[in-house]
Order: sequence, then structure tokens, then C-alpha cells
Amino acid sequence: MKFTLSWLKDHLDTDASVETIAATLNRIGIEVEGVTDAGAALAPFRIARVVSAERHPQADKLQVLMVDAGPDYNGGQPVQVVCGAPNAEAYMYGVFAPPGTYVPGSGITIRESAIRGVESFGMMCSTRELGLGDEHDGIISLPDHSPLPVQGTPYADYAGLNDPVFDVSITPNRPDCMGVRGIARDLAAAGLGTLVEYTISFHPDAYWPWYNVREKAGDPIPHIKLDAAPPKVRIEDAEGCPRFYAQRLTGCTNRESPEWLQRRLRAIGQKPISALVDVTNYFTVDVGRPLHVYDEAKLSGSLVARKAKPGENVLALNGKTYTLDETMTVIADDVAVHDIGGIMGGEHSGVSETTTDVVIECAYFAPDTIARTGQKLNLTSDARQRFERGVDPCIMYDGLYMATRLMHDICGGTASGIIEAEARDIALPQPVAYDPSLAETLGGLALPDKQQHEILDSLGFWLIDDAGEQFWLHDGTPDAPWIVGVPSWRPDIDGPADIVEEVIRIAGIDNVPSTPLPRAPGVAKPTATPEQKLERRLRRTAAARGLNEAVTWSFIAEQEAAAVGGGAWSLANPISEDLKVMRPSLLPGLLMAAGRNLKRGATSVRLFELGRRYLADGERLTLTALLTGDRTPRGWASGKAQPFTAYDAKAEALALLEAAGAPAGNLQVMGEAGDAWHPGQSATLRLGPKTVLASFGMLHPALLKAFDLDGPAAAVEIFLDAIPAKRGGANERGGGFMRPAYTPPALQAVTRDFAFLVPDALAAGDLVRAIRGADKAAITDARLFDLFTGAGVEEGHKSLAIEVTLQPGDKSFTDAELKAIADKIVAAASKLGATLRG
Amino acid sequence: MTDLDQLKADLLAAIDASSGLDALDAVRVQALGKQGAVTGLLKTLGQMSPEARQETGPRIHGLREAVTDAIAARKASLEGSALEAKLASETIDLTLPADAVPAGSVHPISQVMDELAEIFADLGFAVATGPEIEDDWHNFTALNIPETHPARAMHDTFYLAGEHEQPMVLRTHTSPVQIRTMTSTPPPIRIIAPGRVYRSDSDATHTPMFHQIEGLVIDKGLTLGHLKWTLETFLKAYFERDDIVLRLRPSYFPFTEPSVEVDVGYTLIKGKRVIGGGGDTATGGWMEVLGSGMVHRKVIEACGLDPNEWQGFAFGTGVDRLAMLKYGMDDLRAFFDGDLRWLKHYGFSALDVPTLSGGVGA
Repeated sequence: MKFTLSWLKDHLDTDASVETIAATLNRIGIEVEGVTDAGAALAPFRIARVVSAERHPQADKLQVLMVDAGPDYNGGQPVQVVCGAPNAEAYMYGVFAPPGTYVPGSGITIRESAIRGVESFGMMCSTRELGLGDEHDGIISLPDHSPLPVQGTPYADYAGLNDPVFDVSITPNRPDCMGVRGIARDLAAAGLGTLVEYTISFHPDAYWPWYNVREKAGDPIPHIKLDAAPPKVRIEDAEGCPRFYAQRLTGCTNRESPEWLQRRLRAIGQKPISALVDVTNYFTVDVGRPLHVYDEAKLSGSLVARKAKPGENVLALNGKTYTLDETMTVIADDVAVHDIGGIMGGEHSGVSETTTDVVIECAYFAPDTIARTGQKLNLTSDARQRFERGVDPCIMYDGLYMATRLMHDICGGTASGIIEAEARDIALPQPVAYDPSLAETLGGLALPDKQQHEILDSLGFWLIDDAGEQFWLHDGTPDAPWIVGVPSWRPDIDGPADIVEEVIRIAGIDNVPSTPLPRAPGVAKPTATPEQKLERRLRRTAAARGLNEAVTWSFIAEQEAAAVGGGAWSLANPISEDLKVMRPSLLPGLLMAAGRNLKRGATSVRLFELGRRYLADGERLTLTALLTGDRTPRGWASGKAQPFTAYDAKAEALALLEAAGAPAGNLQVMGEAGDAWHPGQSATLRLGPKTVLASFGMLHPALLKAFDLDGPAAAVEIFLDAIPAKRGGANERGGGFMRPAYTPPALQAVTRDFAFLVPDALAAGDLVRAIRGADKAAITDARLFDLFTGAGVEEGHKSLAIEVTLQPGDKSFTDAELKAIADKIVAAASKLGATLRG
Repeated sequence: MTDLDQLKADLLAAIDASSGLDALDAVRVQALGKQGAVTGLLKTLGQMSPEARQETGPRIHGLREAVTDAIAARKASLEGSALEAKLASETIDLTLPADAVPAGSVHPISQVMDELAEIFADLGFAVATGPEIEDDWHNFTALNIPETHPARAMHDTFYLAGEHEQPMVLRTHTSPVQIRTMTSTPPPIRIIAPGRVYRSDSDATHTPMFHQIEGLVIDKGLTLGHLKWTLETFLKAYFERDDIVLRLRPSYFPFTEPSVEVDVGYTLIKGKRVIGGGGDTATGGWMEVLGSGMVHRKVIEACGLDPNEWQGFAFGTGVDRLAMLKYGMDDLRAFFDGDLRWLKHYGFSALDVPTLSGGVGA
């Protein structure tokens, strides 16, 4: 919300500087987004009168002006200025920049200089040079009507630009601060001045007397006839619009607003429209009281506050048509909807320059209804912002009265009496039981009761004694707990913690002393869970192996999700179609990142991400790595660049699982990695037939094509939730870190090599596994070291050579024992169709 | 026996003169072989009288020793030269490049989360997690944000399509983890909850997905003073600076009361905002870093705890933002682009594990 310093001073009697006000606003919880002071930048510019204008002796398009910049400038003597503006002429008033002035619109600083041989002591400025607009056809020529320009007057003063504008952000709990008056009340409570009595307090230029609106009787302005017939209004939707006050102004002229009003609205970024509209906008900001004004000539019959009919349309003042439903409150006449109640008026009954008779509406709309309607229609407005926070229900009459008066003052006419349609009571904030010691026990700041009482009083709260009477400040302070009365403009207050906040923020939250949290004795205990440790370990293992961690979007496009099997969750309101489906796999994000990297010239991409996949039955933590581009670049020793293969993926998968503490040696390499993978070059790593710990291999070319990647890509997926908890953790070992005793075998192991001829289709891993199992006591390892096909190997077969490690127990193997083991090995292999090569 | 001396001189000269290992071996055979001159002399010892042996024996043995040593020395010398010559022929160009091993990296978000976990572990906080696809109750209702509350307009919420028992949203903050913790863990509670959060917002400083970290402390007798100390202590530890200055501003969050926004002072150094120093100094300013407050009674109640017995505080901040403030990135969108150049520039080594003894920053 924006307001100007002078506007604030209508409500707050203060001498505080702009800086002090801004600092205080921040301190008490009204965040200052910015303060702009157009006047400060224009301070050196002053009004000057052109005394004479002669042609420049050397240049047709230049003139030599003598300029009177006021009695205090150059001893009252005119100064010479060379000017190129075609409209410069004698006797005109313009805006003069003395030498040394920084010109904001052109970014230069004026210097004394000679232009084509004639000296110039300053500059006459255009609108654009002042940074106030685009006008640059000539210099500013000030009009000869009120306010009359006087040479020497600072231009900012003349133009009313020296009124600093505050831009503050109001939290949703403070409807009162959506009006300048509420902000003034907070500042007064914080000690920055005195809240001005509740008066209409317009700019003095408007020649408005300051008077108390509460004097309902004996109205001092003769043309307001409160006894004249008010407009007819009624309420059918008591929930959405419990109160509907209205007043009629007839025979008025909807002219432009006076300068002071236009200036204020412009200063806060609003466009003045016409007096009747401007007045409603003014009070919306001044006291946070939104109003609406209808052109009575365009209404048919009386106004009613009712629920909209499903499908009913209204063309709103923003030029858009809204389709309403039965949950929304509207103001309508006999024929049509004229106002989306409390949010935006309708175009049809809006006032124009020809309007003479108006109905002025001042209603209370229920915050819930307003919020829901606003959300559904995706429509926000100054009125909605206030109604959904909760407009003060006790300034209905006053708000309407003030608005009508100002409209009448500007536009003339005759005002009617006020109709007060009330369908139900509006709940006022209830008194709160408050123990003043809470300031210390919850707020952390010990404050004397008296100071707390004073703060509450200055904010409009009051203490209530046992008899229900107000406890005045000079009565002293009552015993705890207090009963605190809550003003009508603070619907947010509903408990003692709210009172603590009021007291602490005004007393100064910076005064709350820091209090250390109690600390358990000794060194801090470890807190990470096994899952967290697993995640950290995997991440750093991947990074240590040369993979770069990326973080990609959790949501992807529908067709990207479809490429990896489709997502279970999609957004109802995505920010774009590209970010719509919750990823069922981390591959799409990484494939897209890889594509971007390759387009940027990367030759080798090793990316990984550790994040969640979003499945129908939960969110699964997964590490996915993608390897594409060159595995090794071309090199003087290695020759051509080498691409990644499925075995690179396998190496990563096993290394990561090893780091994760999975029994990497016991894993089975099985198929069914899924449709995203190359059917012949991918596999899963399983613990038992069902538990899939990882998938790895080459990605399917169709998947790569869907993501616009040319080359082959290898990938690994590690499913963290499937990895069994690492056995033998400190706690499982009985609370110690003790490892099993170190017992190296007494005798040295021996190795024997076996070469088998096997059918092509036999998986090498199966043969190795069978051999390992041939004699579990003696065989400690079996490692494949050669694979050969071709000359000497039968068609449809391959030769596999395996080195077997045999570990003797307490005595060395005899030849007979070695032969027996070898026989077992050969027998185990032959079950798989393998024959020992001679 | 000048012939012995002569023999010795001749043999030593021959050893010295031998130009290669073969020549040297020929000399050895000539002197010490079965038919060698020295061997012959040694054989004569047996026939000598004891007196003669006593006199001549040591001289012959001396000769044998001298020749043996000379041969060994010459052999070592010749071998050394041969090796030198061989090695000289094996010279390679060591300016040729070695194979480059790819360097991996940890994303700054992960690194900062690890840093935060380390700091808060010292303060007794555990790390808690919760789902990102969250139900309406945990994300809003239990946090005292009713359906029509204007605060819901502050969160531009992503809703999930389809029919669900209650509306499902992408969590707009990490605060639902507060609820999940309080409903599952008996107090006292000290947790932080880092993770992804989502808001329907996108511009230079906002992305629809970003990372937050939530803190929650529930105990008896906690006040705003404890909150203030905790945040000061955490920020000093995180930025590893003692000149961290905080400015607390009253604010509003539906799930805390009183609520406080926290600004941290920065100093402008070469046009960059460096955290530290007073915000009100000539070269300084304030930057909003945290939202916080005393947990609202209604939230404690919603979690089944007695607000008259338990009270506490909560705080939340952006992990991405903390990373940017500490390490100097200026564009949030780059965090999620996966650009290898960026990851290598701003990422961290696998070995940069944050520790308190080494300082959490890297």
C-alpha cells in the first residue's frame, strides 16, 4: 500500500523525518518496501521568468535568453541562458536549472559554458529533462492560471512533487493498516506523534473545515438533507452481506477532482477518473473503507445484496466479463448484477461525466465470501484486499457520510438520508484474557504492567474491570489476568499471544534479549538417521567418482513423463505445460540437462541427481546418473574418443551400491530394467529375485530421440529405499565400534585357471556363480579373465577363462584334494552346458 | 716374492682395463677360474711346509681378495654404466598430457543442507522430512490457515489434479513437517526440515520450485528470546562471522504468534552484498533472510499437544538463498539448469564434508 507524507500527517501530528518514520514502520511490523521522494531530486530546479529572448548571433536555431530566477538568485539580476527550444519566448515562465544541477532526465550536470561563442549560465528544462514525462518538444511553459508561477519558487513545491511516497507491505492480519489512519495509529503508539482526532482531514487547499463526523445532528452544510428519502436497498444474502448502507446524491456534476485529490491519487499510483470515483478510491486508502457509487439512471428498481445465480455474467470495471456462481455475493437491481460485492463494480452502472444522480454504497461483505469469490474469479482489487482482511464494521455510517460529503462538496447536488439495512450482527472481536507476565514468558521481554497498559491504550485496546467497565489509564493497572477489550478494527486478535505481539512490537522487538537454548551436557549427540547417512554417502561417492550433481525440476511435461512410463500425479494448475507432471523418473530431467550441455559444447556429460520420484504410492528417493558424450576424449595414447558403454554404468552401479553398504557381491544381474532401456544392454541388480536395488545399462534409442539426443547414453538408477539397512552398524554390534578379530589365513591361497567352452547364450555371470558354489569351503573367489570367440572356437559357442582362488585351511591342499576340487568345478560347469577346453 | 706382486698388479690392471662385462668375466676366469692363476697359487698352499705356508698363505689370500673385490667393483661400475645407457635410451616426453580423471561435484544446495545439518546437530536438532505431495490439512489447515484465509493467497499453491479425499497440494513450505513431527514425536522437540517446496511463481528471483529449511523447537518455557539466540547463533555459525547483526521485525504468519521476520545486515563490498556488519551503516543494508515466530497455540492444539504445557518457536528460510548469500551466485534459475560449467564453478568437492572443527564452509 502507498501513501504520502502529507496524507499521513492528516492523521498523525508529527515532526518526525521521513527516515525516522520509515525506520519506525519497519520496527513495528509495517515493512517499508520503498520511499520515493521525487521532490528531493528536483530540489535545485526553480521557476524562472524569461525577461527577454534574442536570436543567437551565430546560430539560427538558438536564442539568447535573459532569465529572472528570483530575487535570491544572482542578486535578483537576470542571467544569460542560451536555449535551443523553439517555444522559448519573452515573458514566459519556465523551469530553470542553475549550473551544477544534475538533470535526472538526461543524466548530465549543467555547467557554465559558451555555446557558439555566447556564454550560458544554466538551462531552461523540458518535462523529459526533469524525468517527469516524455515531452521534449520544447521547454516547460507554466500556465498563467492558479496556482500562478512565481520566479524563484522551487519547482517541486509549485508542482506538489515534494511529498515523499511510502510504499509499505501490509500483512494479511492487519485490515486497519490498509488505511492511512491505521498506520498513523500504530506510529502514534510507537511514540512518533499524536493521532489526530477522528475528523475529516482533507488537504487544506480544498478549503474543507475540519469537523467531527460523529456530529450527526445539526448538519452544517445546508445542501445535505438527511431527511430526504434515501435509496431503497435490501439484503437477501445475510451471510455474504450482513450490512448494506446507502445514500443518494442527486443533481450533482461529476467533474474532475480538485488538484489536491488528483495529486494524492497520482502519487500512490492511481489514475484520477472523476470526482465521484476518485472519492471512493480516496476513502478506500484513507480509512480502509471501500465504497461503490452507482449511476442511478442506469439502475432498474432498487438494489439488493443477494447470491449470484449460477452462470450469471457481469462486465466488470476492468473491462472483463466474469461468470458468477451461487456462492458469490453480488449487488443487483431488478434486471442485472451491478457489482461483484466487495470486489469490483460493474461497467453498466458505472458513473460517467454525464452522471447526475448516484447511489453511494457502503456495505460490509464477509471476509470468507470475498476471499473465496476472489480466488475463484482470480480477481484482485483494492476493495477485495480490504474486505477479505475484514473492514472495520463500526465505520459504516461514518465512511458513507464522509464520502457523500466530499462528493457533495466537489460535485454539488443534494444528499439524501442514509438507509441502514442490517440483516445480521457482525461479530466484533471478543475481549481477551491476558496475563501481563506473558510478555516475558512468551515474548521474552519483561515489561512493567503500566507500560503494557499504555501501549494497549494507544492502539485502541482497553482494559475491562470486573463490572465490565473500562479501566482507564489513570486508574492504575488491574490485577492479572487482565480482560483486554479489542477494537473493532482488529479482527485478527483472538488470544493472549496476539496481545503479546502487540505489546512486544511497540515496546521494540530489538529489546528482547537473546537467551541461549538449554544445551545437553557434553559433546553434541549424532542426529542423522540411517537414511540420511545413506543419502549423504551416496551423493559424495558419486561426486568422488567424477559425477556432477544436478538439481532438476520435480515436474516435467506430460510427453516427457510418458516417455518413461507416465506420471501418477499431475498438477491441476501448472505454471506451464512443460512443468505439469510430477516426475516418475529422474531420467527426463537429466536427459534434458545433458541435451542443454551438449548444445553448449560439452563433449562429455556425467550428471547425477539424488531426489524423489513421485509414484502413486509414495515418494521414492532415487539416485540417477547419466553418462553421455565421450567416456574418454581422443588422446595421443588412447587414440579415438571412446563412448560410454553399459559396463561403465555397471561399474558406477556396483561402486555406489558398495558405498551404500549393499551386499554388492551377492547381487544378481537380471533383466527387466524397463522400456526406457536398451533391451539387450541393460539389467537390474537384485537382492533375491524381487528386490531391485538398481537398474543400469544403455538407454533405449527411442527415449534418447524423444529428448533430442543423438549419441548413446548410459545410465544408472539406484533405489535408495530398496537398499537394506547396513548390517553391523554400531548399534547392531551391541553398541560398540569393535570389529571382528583379524584372522588372516595361515596358508597362502593358490589359484587355478579353467577355460570352458560354453554356448553363446550362457551368461558368464551364471558360470562364475556356479563355479563359486562348487566348493564353498575351498573356493574363495572366481574371476573371469578372458572371453574369446573365433578361430578354434566352435560356431555358436564362446570360450570363457576363469581364475579360481582356493584357500587351504590348516594344511596345504594335496594333489588329490586339488584334483577333487577341479572335478567339482568342471561338474558344476557342465550342468550349464560348459565343457573344459583341453 | 715379486712375482706375486707382479701378478696382482697385472690382474688389477686387466680388471680395470676390461671394457665390458664379458671381458671382465674373462679376466675373472683367468684369475679365479679352475685353471686360473690365483686358483693355481691357492692349490700350492697344500704342499707347503707349515712355516712357508704361514708366510706365503696370507699373501696369496690377500691377492685373491684384492682380485675378487676389484672384479666386484668393476662389475658394479660396468653395470651402472650399462643401466645409465639403457635408461638414457628410454627417455620420454613428460610434457605430453596425462589422462584426465573427471572431477565430480556436489550441488551447492546439497552442500548447504549438509552445512545446516552439521550446525544444528551441535545445537541438538535432528533432521526431519515429509512428503512434498502434501494434503491440504497438513499444508494449511493444521497450520491455522483456513481455506479462505488471505494467507493462502500469499502462497500461490499448486494443486494436484484428480479426486482425492482432501485436496492435495505441492507443499508450499516445509512447515507441514512441523505438524508431522509434532503428531508423531513426543516433545521436547528440536528438528530442522530441509527440502523442496513449490509456489506458482516464476521470474528472475523466483522459481516454481525452490528449497526451504524449517526449524521447530517445542519445550517448556521457551520465549522469543530463545528464538532470537538460536537464529543469531545459527547465522554466525553458517557465515562463520562474528559480526552478524540481526534486525527483527514483527510480521505475520498464521502458524506463529508473535511472528517475526529477520533481516541480516550486509556490507557493500565492490558492489556485492557481503553478509556481516550493521545494516544501518553508510555502506550497509538489510536483507530479509528468515521468517519465524512462537508456534501458535492453535497449531500446538491441532497436533494434540497441550499449549498450556508446551510452547516453542519455528523458523523457515530459503536454502537456495542462503547458498547465494554465502557463495555469491546471483541467479536462482541457474541452480536448476544442470549446466556443467555452473556445477563445476559453484559445486563442491566430494571431500568438502562440512565439519565443525574445520568450519562448515568450503
